[in-house]
This record gives sequence, structure tokens and C-alpha cells, in this order.
Amino acid sequence: MMRSLLIALLAIGLASCADMSKVVSGVASVAGAAGMPYSRELGSVARATTAVAKTMEDITPSQEYYIGRTVSAGIVNRYPVKANPAANNYLNLLGQVLVMASDKPSTYKGYHFLLLDTDEVVAFAAPSGFVFVSKGMVKLCKNEDDLAAVLAHEIGHVQKSHALAAISTSRITSALTIIASEGAQAAVGGYVGELTRVFEGSIDDITQKLVNSGYARGQENEADASAIKIMQRVGYDPAALIRVLETMKAKVQPGATGFTSTHPPADDRIADIRPLLPQSLVAMAANANRDKRFGDMLSAL
Amino acid sequence: MRRLIISVMVLLMPVTVSATSLSIQVEEGQVRSTPSFLGEIVDKVVYGESVELVKEQGPWRMVNTKRKPGWIHQSALSESKVELVPGSDVNEGASGKEIALAGKGFNPEVESAYKAAHQQISFAWVDNMEKLTVNNADIEQFIKQGGLRGAGL
Repeated sequence: MMRSLLIALLAIGLASCADMSKVVSGVASVAGAAGMPYSRELGSVARATTAVAKTMEDITPSQEYYIGRTVSAGIVNRYPVKANPAANNYLNLLGQVLVMASDKPSTYKGYHFLLLDTDEVVAFAAPSGFVFVSKGMVKLCKNEDDLAAVLAHEIGHVQKSHALAAISTSRITSALTIIASEGAQAAVGGYVGELTRVFEGSIDDITQKLVNSGYARGQENEADASAIKIMQRVGYDPAALIRVLETMKAKVQPGATGFTSTHPPADDRIADIRPLLPQSLVAMAANANRDKRFGDMLSAL
Repeated sequence: MRRLIISVMVLLMPVTVSATSLSIQVEEGQVRSTPSFLGEIVDKVVYGESVELVKEQGPWRMVNTKRKPGWIHQSALSESKVELVPGSDVNEGASGKEIALAGKGFNPEVESAYKAAHQQISFAWVDNMEKLTVNNADIEQFIKQGGLRGAGL
């Protein structure tokens, strides 16, 4: 009896050791997710300054923030902003509730949400949590659950660092090389100039991906999977994601700029999403408050 | 025998992790009284500050700051170790990754240089956007009124 109990306790203990390692590796993966892998192609500069070069394994959360700010500046210079305090407050309340239920609620300076004053159906997520959604996209949503699906999808892109992944490897290598040789460069004032050129290129890479070419189907699927998880945790109907896509398919003209031109065809995404939905979807209870506040937001547009 | 069992039980507590040092990877992190974003803020920690991991609960970590214990979300923590708070320094023996958080690379200086080269791009709305914040009381009300669960809270 005693021996059995001891064995059972030891088994529990072993399981908890495994849990502990998961804790540590979990934290490590968070750090990794926020950055980028260290390039092996650094070459002689890096090898000569090994101690410093190793420091550049990641684009740090702080650097991700400055990239996100500048990508965002490009977006708000391309699209007008809907400067309606009540509508933006609603958007940020909804956004923060979703963020808190995500796997990456903490970024360097947190998430912020902003309405764009365009009928083009667009939504963007810049690195570090700058999320934009257009008037056209909000009007396409039938209720708060639909809008939550759109925002949760964008939060999914932030969570998975998809925008950062758009930066070309050669640019990261260049940035690492410049930073690694900072000491030598700083003396002649070339460090910031060189790094700024790499920064410009990185911003262009991301903007091109967000605004023009769009993410790969696999990345969209990852963002959709994150969105479903977030919505389930908060209590929104995860099937809203499919509803929004079906509405877009029906209402957005083929060949239109914006969301449809930068995302895989709706049917492909819906096919990818269906297996991710819970087997038995419980019908969401109607909520008059949700409908009212969403309606108030719509009427402010 | 009973003493042995008790000893084994104590040794094998499932969630306690000792002496793991982690760094804050957000500009300012809130350390809370409970593992929830709505928990009372008992301490604030800054980018690069080192904390000691005590235990976990889901995605939350109980940590000891230099001042007091409390809960912080795992996404605000990094395994990289760095001391950047006033009065501390990054010692020469620090590994590369440890120094990586030290603000090199794309930073305010690079942003300024970018702005100078692209004066047609205004950052005004990005600055405004960062000021769009919501408080916990409003978030709680939003969840309650909307009949939501508010996971993670």
C-alpha cells in the first residue's frame, strides 16, 4: 500500500518535472516568437565579435515596436483615419478583451486599435500590436461577433509575428552585421545611417506584404486558428469567422483592392477553418447590449 | 514512512520552480495580486528588469521582483537576462543574448533618422493611436454587459 502510494507520488513528481521544463521552454518560445532567428551567415564580422554578435539572435520586442510604429505610419498616411472617439473607444474595448484572451497579450507597449475612414474592406496588423480596421470592413460585419472575428484574426497575425517574417533574410543579416560592428561604425557616424537604410527596407518588405501581396495561406490559417481560440475563450461565436468570409465573398467585388486582394480566396479559407471549429457549436445566446453597442458604433461611421 | 511520504510530497510540488531568473520584455509590466489582467497592481517592472520565477498557473507566472511577489503574464517575460534599470549594469560576462535587450538596433535614433528622410510620412496618428487606452473598469463592464466570459481576466 505504502509502496504503491510512493510510486504514485513519484509518478506525479515526474509529471511535474515535465511540466516545469514546459514552463521554461514556454517562456523561451515566447521570447523566440517575438524575434527572429540568428542568421548563420553573419560572416567574419560576427565571428570577430562573437560576444556581441550573439546578442542579435532576435529582433527584440523593443525593435519590433519601432518597426510596428513606422509600418503603422505608412498605413495612416495611405488611408484616412476615422477620428471618432466613441467608435475608437468601442473598438479598443473589444480589441483589449480579445487581446487578453490571446496567447500573446503582452507586447512592448501593448495593442492599440484604430478605425480607417475608407469604404475599402481592409484590416491590418502591424508588428507589436498596431491593429487597423476600415469603415468598409466594419460595415460588412453583421454584429459584434463578426467584428470580433476580424480583430481576433489580426491579433493572430501579431501573435505569430507574421509581419516580421516578411522581412527578407538578407536584410536581417545586414542589420545584424551593422549592429555587430557598431563600435567601429559609431566613431565615424555611419551606424545610424546604415541601420536606417536596413530599417527602410524592412518597413518596405512588411508594407508590401500587408498592403499588396498578402500572407501565405498557411499564415492566414494560423491567424484564423488563433482567432477561433480567442473567440471561444471570450465567449464569441467562432463560426462568425466563416460568416464574415461568406459576407465578403458575396458583397466584395472580385478584383477589388484591399482584404480580398491580399487574402486567399474565401472558399479556401472557409475550408481551412471548418475543421478548426468545435464539433458541437452551442448556439450563442442573443445579447441586446452587444447588439446595441455594435449598432451605436455603426451609426457613428 | 509517513515522514518519507510527506517529504516526497513536498519535494515534488508540481508548480513550484526555484531560482529561474527571467527578464521583463515589455516597456512596463504590471505585477498583479492575482493571475488575471484585472488583478490589483502590486508592483511595476520595467524592460530588462530581472525577476525570479516562483510558480506557474496557466499562462501566468508568479514572480518575485526586487520588491515583492506577484503575478505577470508569461508573454511579458523572456529567458534573456539583462539588467538595464538605473543603478545596474550589464556586466562584461553577460552572454550575447543578455545584451540583446539593451536597446541597440532599431530604436528612437533610427526612427528619427527615418522621419528626417521621409518627412512626408506623419507619425502624428501613430502617436495618437498609442494614447487610445481603455481602463479595467470599462473592460469589466464591457464583458459583463455583453454576456462574455472574458477569459484571461
